[in-house]
Amino acid sequence: MFAEFLQFLFSGITVGAIYALVGLGFAIIYNASHVINFAQGEFVMLGGMATVFLINLGMPMPLAIFLAIMITVLVGFALEKFAVEPARGAPIVTLIIITIGASIFLRGAAQVIWDRNFHSLPAFSGNDPILIGGASILPQSLWILGSTVVIVIALQLFFNRTMTGKAIIATSHNPLAAKLMGINTSFVLLASFGLSALLGSSAGILIAPISLTYSGVGIMLGLKGFSAAVLGGLGKPMGAIAGGLIVGISETITAGYISSAYKDAVAFIIILAVLFFMPNGLFGGRGAERV
Amino acid sequence: MNRLLKPETGGLLILGIIIAVLPLFLPNSFYFDIVILIGINAIVCVGLNLLIGYTGQISLGHAGFFALGAYASGILVGNYDWAPIAAMVTGAVLVAVLAYVLARPIMKLRGHYLAMGTLGMGIVISIMLNQEGEITGGPDGMPVAGFTVFGWEPANEWVWYWMIGGLLIIAVWLALNLVHSPVGRALRAVHGSEVAASVAGVDVQRYKVLVFVVSAVFASIAGSLFAHYSAFLTPSEAGFFHSIELVTMVVVGGMASVFGAVVGAALLTTLPQLLAVFDDYEMLVFGGILMITMIFMRRGLVPTLQSMWQRRKP
Amino acid sequence: MTMLSVENLGKAFGGVHAVRNLNFSIGKGTIHSIIGPNGAGKTTLFNMITGVYKPTAGRINFKDQDITNLATHQMAGYGISRTFQNLQIFFNMSAVENVMVGGHIKTDSRFMPALFGFLSIRQGERECRARAEQIMCDVGLKDYINADADAMPYGALKWLEIARALASEPEILLLDEPAAGLNPTETHEINDLIKRIAATGITVVLVEHDMKLVMGVSDHILVLDSGRKLAEGTADEIRQDPDVIEAYLGHGRGTA
Repeated sequence: MFAEFLQFLFSGITVGAIYALVGLGFAIIYNASHVINFAQGEFVMLGGMATVFLINLGMPMPLAIFLAIMITVLVGFALEKFAVEPARGAPIVTLIIITIGASIFLRGAAQVIWDRNFHSLPAFSGNDPILIGGASILPQSLWILGSTVVIVIALQLFFNRTMTGKAIIATSHNPLAAKLMGINTSFVLLASFGLSALLGSSAGILIAPISLTYSGVGIMLGLKGFSAAVLGGLGKPMGAIAGGLIVGISETITAGYISSAYKDAVAFIIILAVLFFMPNGLFGGRGAERV
Repeated sequence: MNRLLKPETGGLLILGIIIAVLPLFLPNSFYFDIVILIGINAIVCVGLNLLIGYTGQISLGHAGFFALGAYASGILVGNYDWAPIAAMVTGAVLVAVLAYVLARPIMKLRGHYLAMGTLGMGIVISIMLNQEGEITGGPDGMPVAGFTVFGWEPANEWVWYWMIGGLLIIAVWLALNLVHSPVGRALRAVHGSEVAASVAGVDVQRYKVLVFVVSAVFASIAGSLFAHYSAFLTPSEAGFFHSIELVTMVVVGGMASVFGAVVGAALLTTLPQLLAVFDDYEMLVFGGILMITMIFMRRGLVPTLQSMWQRRKP
Repeated sequence: MTMLSVENLGKAFGGVHAVRNLNFSIGKGTIHSIIGPNGAGKTTLFNMITGVYKPTAGRINFKDQDITNLATHQMAGYGISRTFQNLQIFFNMSAVENVMVGGHIKTDSRFMPALFGFLSIRQGERECRARAEQIMCDVGLKDYINADADAMPYGALKWLEIARALASEPEILLLDEPAAGLNPTETHEINDLIKRIAATGITVVLVEHDMKLVMGVSDHILVLDSGRKLAEGTADEIRQDPDVIEAYLGHGRGTA
C-alpha cells in the first residue's frame, strides 16, 4: 500500500520536475515581457528531437546534448527577434496568437526537417531501477531531479549575484526605470527567451529517455508547464517549481487511484480551478487595477 | 442614414450571388466538398468573430462546442433515433447552457488567463469525448446517420451545397443585424474600454457571456451539420489544433468583419487542400501565416484591404 | 435639493486610506469643484461615486437613494455620468459612434430584436445617431462627426468624452480633470462649455488642478488633502482659508 503510494510519488516528482522546468521558462519570459510564450513547449521538443538526430549523425551524446541546447537557445533568440519584438505594444490577443503561430510553425518545421515518428534517447546511466522503500525509481529520474536542483540553484545565483541576472529582475519590475538606469531592455528580453529555451530544451532532453520524444511532444508538456506556472503565480519562478511538482504528483495520484484515462485532464482542471478561484496562484499577491 | 444599410446589404447581395453562381464553376465532387466545408467553417467563424473581433475576447477552445454539437447529433440520431433537426436544436440548446455555465466564470478572466481558461475548457471536452468511448466511440470515432427531414434526405452534394449556402446567408444576415444594433455597438465598446462602456450603462460581464454563448451556438449548429455531411466523427474535431484553425480563420480573414470571417474560412479551408500534396508542410505554413498576418496585418485581410481602398479615394 | 451626498465615506487599499471619513453634499444645478494635491483622493472619490471602486466605509446617496453598492453599469440609469482623467475613448470606433455608446441606455438594447433585424431597431439606430450628431454639434465637434477616434487630436478627444457623457442625458456629470493637457484657449472653451452644461440644469462636479478654471467656474469648492476634507466653500472663502493656503495654494501650486 505504502510502496504503491511511494511509487506514485516518485513518478509524480519526476514528471513534476519536468513541468517545473517548463513552467520556469514561462515565468521568466512572462516576467521580462508580460508575454505568455505559447511556444515554450516547442523548446522542450527541440531539445529532445535535436539531440536524437545529432546522435544519429554520429555525435557522442554529451556533444549532441550541448549542441541541441545551443540550437534551441538560438531558436529562442530568433523567436524573440522576429516574432515578438515586431509586435511590441500590440494587444494581448495579438501576442497570444503570434506565439501560438510560432509554436505551430516550429512543430511543422520539426516535422519537415526530421519526421513525425517517436524517438527515444538512451538513459544517461542505464535502466536498472533502484529500490527505495519498496518502490522503484529509475536512474534517469534521479538525473532529472538532480539536474533540476542544480538548475534552480544556478538560477538563484544567476539572478542574485550576476549583473545580467539582476538586470533581468529589474526589468521585470519596471522596464522604464530599468531603461533609465542604463539597462538594455532589448537585451534583457533576448536573454530571457534564451534562458527559457535553455530550460525547456534541458527538460526535453532529460525526459526523453523515460517518455519518448516526437514532433508533437511540446503541446502537452507546454500546456502542463503552463499549468505549473499559473498555479505558482505567473511570474514567480519559485512558484513555478512548486506548481510543477504539485501538478506532477496530482497527475500520477489521479492515474493511480482514480482513472488513468483522465490523467491528462488533471493539469487543465488545475488551470481552470486556479483561474477561477486563485487567479494570482498560490504564491502571487492580490492585485488592484488603477483607472 | 441609409448609408448605414448600404454596405451590409451590398455585401450580403454579393455573397448571395457568389453562392448562387459558384456551382457553375465547380468541375467535380472534390471541389463541392471543399466549398461545403468552407460554408460550415464560415458559419463557425462568423460566430467566433463576434467574440474575438468585435468584443475583443479570445477563445482557444471553440472547437469543443463544434464537436459537442456534432456528437449530439451523431448520438441522438444514431443511438436514439431522433430526427436530425430535433437533435441539432437540442445539441444547440445543450451547448448554449454549457457555454452559459462556463462563461460566467471564464469571461471574468482577461487576456492570457482567458486564453488559457478557454484552452483548458476545449481540451477537457476533447479528453471526455475521447474517453467516454461507450457513448462516443472513443478515439476511433463514430459513424453518423444521414440528415433526414421527414423522410427527405439530401440526395447529393448539390443539395448539401444549397443547404449550407442558404444557412450561411442566414448566419451572415443574423450577424450583420447584431453588429448594426445597439448590442453590436456595446460589444465593440467592451473591446474599446470596459470601464467606459460600464459607465455608459453597458453591463460588460453580461455582454461577454452573451456573445460567448451566441458564438458557441453557431459552432454547435455548424458541428451538427458537419456530422451529418461527413457521416463520421472523431474526437479530434474538439482538439486544440482545430480550435487554432478556427481562430486563424477569424484573425486572418478580418477582425470585426463579418465578411472577413467568411473570407478567412474560405482561404484557410482551401489552403490545406492545396497543400494536401505537401501534407507535411501544413503546420509549417499555418504557423507561418498566423505569425505573418498578426505582425504585418493585424486587423486581418478584409479590414486592411478596406482601409487601403478607402485611402485611395480622393 | 441635494443631488449627491456622501456620509463617512472611506476607501482603503490595504493599509493605505485613499479617502477617509468624508462628508459633503452637492446641490442641484451647481458647479461643484473638488481640488487637492496629487494623491488627495479625488479620482478615488470619483471612482467610488461612479461604482468603479467599492467604498470600504460609509455611504453614497443620490437624491435620497443609497447608491453605495451599485454596479458601475447601473449608474447611467440613475442619471450619473462621467469622463476620465486618462482618456477612455473607444478608439475602435468613429467619434459619433463613441457618443452613440454614451446614449446606450436610451436605446433598445434587446438581443432578439437586434438579431432578427427588427425595423424598430433600425429606426432606433437612426434616432440614436441623430441625437449623437446633435450633441456633438452642441459641444462644438461638428467637424469630427465621422472621424475615426484614433485620428483625432487630444483636445478634441477631451470634448468627445464630454459629449459621450452627455448622451445618456444625465442629471449629474462628473468631469475628471477636463482641462488636463489643454492650452489656455482650450481651457477657456471648456470653462464656457461647463457653464453651458450647468445652465441646462445638469449638476456638474469636477476634479481639477487648474486653479484659474476652478476659481472661474465653480459655485462651490471642496478641498481634499490626504483623503480628508480640508475645507469647503465658495471660491472667495477657499482663497482666504488659512488651512488651504498653508496646505495647497500657498506653495505655488496649481497654476494655469
